[in-house]
Amino acid sequence: MNDMTPTREQRSAALEGMGCKRKRVEDIRFTQGKGNYVDDVKLPGMLHGDFVRSPHPHARVKKIDDSEALKVPGVLAVITAETLKTVNLAWMPTLAGDVQMVLADGKVLFQNQEVAFVVATDRYAADDGINKVVVEYEPLPPLVDPFKSMDKDAPVLREDLAGKTSGAHGPRKHHNHIFEWTVGDKDLTDAAFNKADVKIKEMISYHRTHPSPLETCQCVCSFDKIKGELTIYGTFQAPHVIRTVVSLIAKLPEQKIHVIAPDIGGGFGNKVGAYPGYICAAVASIVTGKPVKWVEDRIENLTATSFARDYHMTTEVAATKDGKVTGLRVHVLADHGAFDACADPSKWPAGFFNIVTGSYDFPTAHLAVDGVYTNKAPGGVAYRCSFRVTEAAYCIERAMDILAQKLNMDPAELRLKNFIKPEQFPYHSALGWEYDSGDYHTAMRKMMETTGYAALRKEQTEKRAAFARGETREIMGLGVSFFTEIVGAGPSKNCDILGIAMFDSCEIRMHPTGAGIARVGSKSQGQGHETTWAQIIATEIGIPADNIMVEEGNTDTAPYGLGTYGSRSTPVAGAAIAMAARKIKAKAQMIAAYKLEVHEDDLEFDIDGFRVKGLPEKFMSMKDICWAAYNSVPPGMEPGLEAVSYYDPPNMTYPFGAYLCVMDIDVDTGVYKVRRFYALDDCGTRINPMIIEGQVHGGLTEAFAIAMGQEIRYDEVGNVVTGSFMDFFMPTAVETPHWETDFTVTPSPHHPIGAKGVGESPNVGGVPAFSNAVNDAFSFLGSTHIQMPHDFWRNWKAAKALGAVA
Amino acid sequence: MAKTHVTMKVNGAEVEGLVEPRTLLVHFIRENLQMTGTHIGCETTHCGACTVDIDGMSVKSCTMFAVQAEGSDITTVEGMANADGTLSALQEGFRMMHGLQCGFCTPGMIMRAHRLLKENASPSEQEIRMGISGNICRCTGYQNIVKAIQYAAAKINGVEFREAAE
Repeated sequence: MNDMTPTREQRSAALEGMGCKRKRVEDIRFTQGKGNYVDDVKLPGMLHGDFVRSPHPHARVKKIDDSEALKVPGVLAVITAETLKTVNLAWMPTLAGDVQMVLADGKVLFQNQEVAFVVATDRYAADDGINKVVVEYEPLPPLVDPFKSMDKDAPVLREDLAGKTSGAHGPRKHHNHIFEWTVGDKDLTDAAFNKADVKIKEMISYHRTHPSPLETCQCVCSFDKIKGELTIYGTFQAPHVIRTVVSLIAKLPEQKIHVIAPDIGGGFGNKVGAYPGYICAAVASIVTGKPVKWVEDRIENLTATSFARDYHMTTEVAATKDGKVTGLRVHVLADHGAFDACADPSKWPAGFFNIVTGSYDFPTAHLAVDGVYTNKAPGGVAYRCSFRVTEAAYCIERAMDILAQKLNMDPAELRLKNFIKPEQFPYHSALGWEYDSGDYHTAMRKMMETTGYAALRKEQTEKRAAFARGETREIMGLGVSFFTEIVGAGPSKNCDILGIAMFDSCEIRMHPTGAGIARVGSKSQGQGHETTWAQIIATEIGIPADNIMVEEGNTDTAPYGLGTYGSRSTPVAGAAIAMAARKIKAKAQMIAAYKLEVHEDDLEFDIDGFRVKGLPEKFMSMKDICWAAYNSVPPGMEPGLEAVSYYDPPNMTYPFGAYLCVMDIDVDTGVYKVRRFYALDDCGTRINPMIIEGQVHGGLTEAFAIAMGQEIRYDEVGNVVTGSFMDFFMPTAVETPHWETDFTVTPSPHHPIGAKGVGESPNVGGVPAFSNAVNDAFSFLGSTHIQMPHDFWRNWKAAKALGAVA
Repeated sequence: MAKTHVTMKVNGAEVEGLVEPRTLLVHFIRENLQMTGTHIGCETTHCGACTVDIDGMSVKSCTMFAVQAEGSDITTVEGMANADGTLSALQEGFRMMHGLQCGFCTPGMIMRAHRLLKENASPSEQEIRMGISGNICRCTGYQNIVKAIQYAAAKINGVEFREAAE
């Protein structure tokens, strides 16, 4: 070989495949303001729609008078429930098996509910029109506290459900009850509690919050009357599902609906569901014959589309006196707001909350979840989490700390004592899951060693003594969190959305010159799929990632996929990509064998082509094979080089991680300072470490926001009081802590490339780390549990309640 | 509503248009000039996605009327690339340091960072964090945005960029 021949390392590096910190393809356009987001879509003759919204949380709608609005220059139409009834769209099905008003039909059930849709020539005229629509309301008593939902005398919220004693998920116990979901062995769990040495019980609330991506929800709907075709540009995390839902509810043939999700400015679960704005814009386009744009403003986003969490979890743990857990019992009161619009797989009314046994070997557990209606916005989306997994992780991680406190054990030691052991995988949990792989002890010990955990505990002891002596007013908390996630929904045996199995898909088409296009059923909202998906293909087939264009979001061209949320893209779409690439590679091998005049079995894949075993000089590059695929394939073989894969995962994947938050709190002001935050994540095989680190930073920042202040709050009469970024905590660069990241690698045994998914881990693990730090700081003053969010005021209140402040 | 004629300079070119007195500058830029790089995230001046540079100041264009910008000199993200079309130091920094994910805050963030570096050619981490605190990012956690701006500062100053120790 001469000096010019690239080394194996150079050939491998040239691919920019898996494991490489490849710079993002997307950034070239995004840094130049050339992204194409929904609000950038401008069609000829396009109109704008905007909502009249209810000022009341609960009221009867007596009359809607649009006569003055229709006189406003530029206003073309005012759509109400009565208009929608003519096309049978006044109500729409939710993903959770409930129905939801598109526009107020007889009454309103939450503040800022959509009442009428004003269509005008521009967004200013639409706003003028809104101000002229006169709605007459008769206020009704609001139901705000979910704990009062099932009171005997609680107001009836959903009159449409009168007499319905069962819903999509079984029997209803009360007119404001949605479902009860139980999992696990009650008798065995009761028995474990009866003979337990030690028990703890705590009501742990996870407050209502909101994903609030920087780009709000929006769409442009354009109906072509001649062709009978509807084109929808929208902020959709799951464009194919939207197409199917629109087809089913609007009774349009599915091939005549074109859904395009262009660049999306963050999703975090907010953009999974279907919202009244989409339906109204589509109907308005059908009615007017013009394209109609609907762009939500920030107040509407925070108050009307898709809150997250609002779980109130009464949690009990049974244990032996030396700290071995023997049973877990959890009852959840789930506040779903006015309609059950949770974006969970259809058969899972509380998502995957039954991952609540966490990383611990609980011999038995029992879980019951009651969903109730209140006069609040509908939603219940997975805000950067996989279907209620973050609620579950918070519940168990808080409970383990409370148990440690009761046993006077170190929280890290208690966890180490109860972890599922490496040799127990695949592990069957008491609540029905099969964990694929894990090495929790290694991750935990690495966290403890890297952070100097023992020394930090020693410092805390000294600081507490100094506090007791009156030498400092600052207290110190160590927040330990060890989470196990369940992501990659999911296997068709247990996951579907409205009957569609939760597979994902990829189509790869290689061109003659050794370049190609991959179309995928997932949809990036910032995760960088155009970059990472090409890396998987690069490693699998030996074509440089730069030569692979990735396309998502156009339902006419991409194969059917269930979209991007719940950290499912790498586990499911990522697998489909690898499988499609392997089909390409298999055909390429046949072509190479033909061209090199050997048997296929005599070839081995070598980085970027096939080599004859034992004859290193006989080599055909993938680039050359691509060319050959278009002119000299073996006799009987079809020309071309493309493949499609629909991947139905055999199991979920179970990423995990060990986090530590070190926090100092001034008791006199409640002001906290995150001194240090360390996050070790194990997401299996790592495709692009740069992007993983970025995902972890972002997820931790959202966890920080949620734990330390970010709340959708209602007052006692149902007014939402957190309607802007002034009131809803959005951390800036100043408040946001510095993040330290680390990792271990435990590949998933059932995933084609061993990857598990990472986007949501930091949010799932981060929230308990922050909350445990605050609770750990206060614990020596006698508290067991302080509810989130832990803002300065609440910290000060806690200090005062515990007698630390006069 | 009666319209008013406005003229201003945007990215070096003289532009003009007819706007209502209430037309927001961001809408004039996005709708009339069809430069959609400047984004709208909150319409209440909190998020900074609409940040542009006006007469040497960072301004949130969602809470300024187009008529208030009469005669001014505006730079938007579309005016940030080098004259030869290559990425400027800041744009390159954001890409190299993974300072963006969904890209929605990026134009505003770059415009703010552009002015920050004009005001302070070698800002410390704390000065950068303070300097961009009017701009919200939901994806990155800011850490890599800080590095992106440090990268750009080093490149503009002609010194070697050293990533801060983790």
